[in-house]
Amino acid sequence: MTTTPVTSTALPAVAAVDPFSPEVLADPLPFQAALRDAGPVVPLTRYDDLYGMGRYADVHAALVDWQRFCSSAGVGLSNFRREAPWRPPSLLLEADPPHHDAPRRVLAPILGPRALRRLRERWFAVAEEHVDALLAGAGPVLEVDAMPALAEAFPLRVFPDAVGIPREGREHLLPYGDHLFNAFGPPNDLVAKGAPHVAEHAGWVNAQCAREVLSDDGFGAEIWAAADRGDITHDQAPLVVRSLLSAGVDTTVHGLGAVLRAMATHPGAWDRLRADPTLSRVAFEEAIRWESPVQTFFRTAEVDVPVGDTVVPEGAKILMFLGSANHDPRHWDDPDAFDLDRDPSGHVGFGMGLHQCVGQHVARLEAEALLTALAARVARIEVAAEPTRHLNNTMHAFATQPVRLHLAGL
Amino acid sequence: MDSTAVDRLVVTGKSSAAEGVAVLELARPDGRRLPDWTPGAHIDVTLANGETRQYSLCGDRWDAHRYRVAVLREVDGRGGSAYVHDELAAGDPVTLGGPRNNFAMVPSARYVFVAGGIGITPLLPMIRQAERVGAEWTLLYGGRRRASMAFLDDLARYGDRVHVVPQDEAGLLPLASWLGEPRTDTVVYCCGPAPLLAAVEQTVATVGWAPHRLRTERFTATEVGAPVRDAPFTVELTRTGTTVTVTPQISVLAAARDAGATTLSSCEKGTCGTCETTVLGGVPDHRDSILADHERAAGDCMFPCVSRSCTDRLVLDL
Repeated sequence: MTTTPVTSTALPAVAAVDPFSPEVLADPLPFQAALRDAGPVVPLTRYDDLYGMGRYADVHAALVDWQRFCSSAGVGLSNFRREAPWRPPSLLLEADPPHHDAPRRVLAPILGPRALRRLRERWFAVAEEHVDALLAGAGPVLEVDAMPALAEAFPLRVFPDAVGIPREGREHLLPYGDHLFNAFGPPNDLVAKGAPHVAEHAGWVNAQCAREVLSDDGFGAEIWAAADRGDITHDQAPLVVRSLLSAGVDTTVHGLGAVLRAMATHPGAWDRLRADPTLSRVAFEEAIRWESPVQTFFRTAEVDVPVGDTVVPEGAKILMFLGSANHDPRHWDDPDAFDLDRDPSGHVGFGMGLHQCVGQHVARLEAEALLTALAARVARIEVAAEPTRHLNNTMHAFATQPVRLHLAGL
Repeated sequence: MDSTAVDRLVVTGKSSAAEGVAVLELARPDGRRLPDWTPGAHIDVTLANGETRQYSLCGDRWDAHRYRVAVLREVDGRGGSAYVHDELAAGDPVTLGGPRNNFAMVPSARYVFVAGGIGITPLLPMIRQAERVGAEWTLLYGGRRRASMAFLDDLARYGDRVHVVPQDEAGLLPLASWLGEPRTDTVVYCCGPAPLLAAVEQTVATVGWAPHRLRTERFTATEVGAPVRDAPFTVELTRTGTTVTVTPQISVLAAARDAGATTLSSCEKGTCGTCETTVLGGVPDHRDSILADHERAAGDCMFPCVSRSCTDRLVLDL
């Protein structure tokens, strides 16, 4: 450990790299490795008052330390204490205690494993139906783009139903989420591209959060019922519903995209999963670590925070590289490999601490249902062409993933 | 991987807050962060004499490294409070369960806090929170005698928002004058002995408050089932097809992993729910922050990252 203070002349080369450049977004691993090697926290000089954190131990420690690394100044580059947020802030993601307490307390049991038991059977049946319909009439091999056909179609079918929103207009969900996740980054081309349409998508999403629009038996209705019990206010209820529609769609799409990519590129793992579909849970978890669909979130230093030899000054933004933490060789053996024998427990792909993904059990159930249904019908998922990336300032996503599904028993 | 098993804390401070009220400060021996909590939360504390008691957290949750609880000497108690007062000293270990919250604070423009005796403890963090968010609030605080009422010095700075009513000077709390008109902008939080709770419940019911506007916590010590085991127990892992011994040095999760069971976990603090496991036999010793009381009583699932066993043998679907 050196005790020399970091000066601007001593900054490593990685400090000057734009982590939101198309090159880094498309292939973040080399940048992240350099960031980790440069230290526990590194100034990112392309932006004002910004620091990057990429090692597992430091990212984990900062994520749980809500007292010093706050969320209410925004979890994107924009500092809500200096700039107006583009939409009313989330009561969950962009809030700190005490305001964060009641919405989280209401939502956690609605999306908890015990509550999801009642959805399990239905989601497994829908997954089977979906896979059967996709394969119907196909020969022994079906060539298909796995992103729209599986990763998007399945969650878009089951999740909005579970929330209780109408079928019409659901095409707004993915572009809304895509813009939301872009907007955490700097105002670059990706944000500019979405900006002209965001009002239309946001207007539709906000309208779905109203009590009279929601079904009477979904997650949305349960949120409103909590408002009737006084556990949150009636003003908070639509914003809590909005959190489901914001954070619950793109994330699971790209989580499923990740595990499908893992299965297509690791046929041995797919064989094992087919023989024992209970492995789908660990396969999904390892895929979340490996691809880290949510790559980054920001925090804001509530006070001067010493990290290693650097002091992150009060008010500075810290960019936490979840994907980098999940690939840190200081914590994981052979981290860039997808390994079904690894125990991925403790990965920070869902975050950690107070703000850890409240919908993580929903994502796991969706993946388990879809993988189990595929395992029953598909003997092999073969890469038909290299996938293409969908660039987003926050998400690590595929645009296309052409595969050949080899049907079982044919 | 963190495989700390029994979550041990150490008493880092002991002082007196009033006649018969001891204040304990607890921390991890290595100074690591303690689990997060919210106002109204309590922890299970297992003392070296084997007794487990539940105490409301009354410190500052912005200090992640220290818990504060206040313990009333119960003359007719089961010995736990006498042990805390007479035996427990700085440096002594205790065991932690939770924190859990059955008395959570909901958003409101206005609060009325009603405390009887040691029932003041969960309300202290609520009062600080009401101040922090700029809500209006009033505290009615009753006790037998002024000298037995804890934290009066701390409360003095809030001026006339605090109404201290020692029974020997001023009689019973004037509930009717504070709760006599039902309001739609107010939530009432009450903690204290059973007769006070009954009186508050009757008052608000009589005048027609919406039921959810009264939130109470009974401050009688809940009977904890079997004593928490400090001895090893065995866990049968039905899917893995093996049986392991779980010593106090290891968590059920770590023991199951060592035996080859595939178990996913995440927070390893009993909060995220990732490691939920079906219990097929035996009685789990729940130490998580997730399950409600009725879910704990059902005994059909547990979180093996922190929870253990009340019985010699547990059978898990792992």
